[in-house]
Amino acid sequence: MQPFIRHTGIVASLDRANVDTDQIIPKQFLKRIERTGFGQFLFFDWRFLPDGSPNPAFELNQPIVAGASVLLARRNFGCGSSREHAPWALADYGFKVVIAPTFADIFFNNCFQNGMVPIRLAEEDVEELFRRTRAAEAAGGPYRLHVDLPSCTVSDDAGFSRPFTVDPFRKRCLLEGLDDIALSLQHVDAIAAWEAAHAAPAGE
Amino acid sequence: MSSTPRTLLDKIWDAHVVCTPPGELPLLYIDRHLVHEVTSPQAFEGLRLAGRPVRRPEATFATPDHNIPTTDRRLPIADPISKQQIDTLRNNCREFGVRLFDLGDADQGIVHVIGPELGITQPGMTIVCGDSHTATHGALGALAFGIGTSEVEHVLATQTLRQAKPKSLELRVEGSLHPGVTAKDLVLYLIGRLSTEGGTGHVIEYTGPCIRRLGMEERMTVCNMSIEAGARAGMIAPDQITFDYLRGRDYAPRNFDRAVAEWERFPGDPDAVFDRVEIFQGGDVVPQVTWGTNPAQVVGIDATVPDPTAFGDPNERESGSRALDYMGLRGGTKIVDIPLDRVFIGSCTNSRIEDLRAAAGVVRGYRVAPTVHAMVVPGSGRVKRQAEQEGLDRVFRDAGFEWREAGCSMCLGMNPDTLTPGQRCASTSNRNFEGRQGKGGRTHLVSPAMAAAAAVTGHFTDIRHWLYR
Repeated sequence: MQPFIRHTGIVASLDRANVDTDQIIPKQFLKRIERTGFGQFLFFDWRFLPDGSPNPAFELNQPIVAGASVLLARRNFGCGSSREHAPWALADYGFKVVIAPTFADIFFNNCFQNGMVPIRLAEEDVEELFRRTRAAEAAGGPYRLHVDLPSCTVSDDAGFSRPFTVDPFRKRCLLEGLDDIALSLQHVDAIAAWEAAHAAPAGE
Repeated sequence: MSSTPRTLLDKIWDAHVVCTPPGELPLLYIDRHLVHEVTSPQAFEGLRLAGRPVRRPEATFATPDHNIPTTDRRLPIADPISKQQIDTLRNNCREFGVRLFDLGDADQGIVHVIGPELGITQPGMTIVCGDSHTATHGALGALAFGIGTSEVEHVLATQTLRQAKPKSLELRVEGSLHPGVTAKDLVLYLIGRLSTEGGTGHVIEYTGPCIRRLGMEERMTVCNMSIEAGARAGMIAPDQITFDYLRGRDYAPRNFDRAVAEWERFPGDPDAVFDRVEIFQGGDVVPQVTWGTNPAQVVGIDATVPDPTAFGDPNERESGSRALDYMGLRGGTKIVDIPLDRVFIGSCTNSRIEDLRAAAGVVRGYRVAPTVHAMVVPGSGRVKRQAEQEGLDRVFRDAGFEWREAGCSMCLGMNPDTLTPGQRCASTSNRNFEGRQGKGGRTHLVSPAMAAAAAVTGHFTDIRHWLYR
């Protein structure tokens, strides 16, 4: 996994709550057997019109957010299906950070496995970021945010700065780009000991 | 062990923590790992690249269910990408020594139907699967939850998972359900009260007399939809109903009485403390119908489509208006006046034998409305055979339903069973998200009996007033 330390990027805002993983990556694209190449299908049913052309009304199709790598959304982002294809699609499209007031649990966990940082901010802070994004875009330029993982802060160049929390273990894995299976296999003796102690559990 | 009173979750959790290395998340031992074709190929490929074996193939069970056709199984799979995914599962199971209930296997079916049905699911176990409806297995008193593909790989390689302990939420349901009101109505009602994120970060334990009265399959329906309230898992403490259900099943313990003695220790201590408690009355529940594009957007059959502009919360207002727009509905329309094009009876929520019996009971002696295309997709090969032995297939076919082979089918429409744009469907499945059953398709979630009644009349109909023939 690529380490994540700090990142500065253009913010794309998606002003809706309960964005589910069926929207992030519709089911017709789940038949691939690779982890890569899902970015082209991200938000497919919202992003493209029935004739296959980009939907000019969809937020990510606005020229001003071209190259965006920070996604700003509302409550309960990533709800629904456990499909890791959702973070794969977001990461493959170029997103490194997703900011929302709340996330669904499975999606939240899946992000860390893919070097992407899900950041929970208070609802009023997210509202403020929507306001700043709109203002910057109205003034002709995209809005940019800085995310600093060692200090766990998200900030802009105009005085916005907020701390966020990440589980210390997840943070270390992100900073060092650790393969958490290799890390877990360091405890293989403890796993074997557990198995030996439960050699004939009730269920067997 | 500690003398602090513990919940069911506490007991299962404590029994499965392998270790908590300093500065790391606990490693939780996983007793059963269920695998299907959609979320596993990349995990097996990861093992292969790293040269890692599956640590406990005998604790791992696989079946294709998500993208398989539900038509004649003797025909080749038409979609080459679907076929590739199913072939990949087959090859991976062979290479890594995992038991596969393959397409031609008599025991193939939806992974959350066959787990309990075969007795693979047992009380006190930790069970995971790369699928968010894994909470279904919690109905038997297991801690069961959905995981992503990287975690699937982690479990295959280590038989453990890195997990912070979730919080506990007791949903106590007092009283009992009125006639015609089912487990599906109960869980839709609960989700409507909790919201789609009300359970986030929590494992729900369903308790109370109303829950205890539910049969095993009804409990599965309730636990199945825990994720729709955002919960990590849903569970119900094992009792005599659980033990009676499991006795004699293929993978049930050989020394069953000894196992029961173990399992009886799992229900939470009477004075155990939950992080949160919510109390509901079973008698308040009427048959439910979703009107929007998430399962919490739900009302009773006797209600009207709400007017979202009157909602207090701005997020709810925005998502409600967007939902009505997508669903092609207006606030104020009576639910019973909504006409339907399709009816789908199936999915890991409602495709078991009792679901099919309930639906067939409604349909018997009637015909599907000429404006409706209706289908029944049993949850497993076993359910299908059982239904055929009871003559339920004839009841459905005589009424004009299609009778299909087992699979996930139109719950998520990964296979050819999909809605076309604008089609409106009464569905016994678990998600009414935009495009879930097909791009532009409009899904209303209901119980099997309500779906069956809607198929006959062509619009939503209050099952409490149904004239059974």
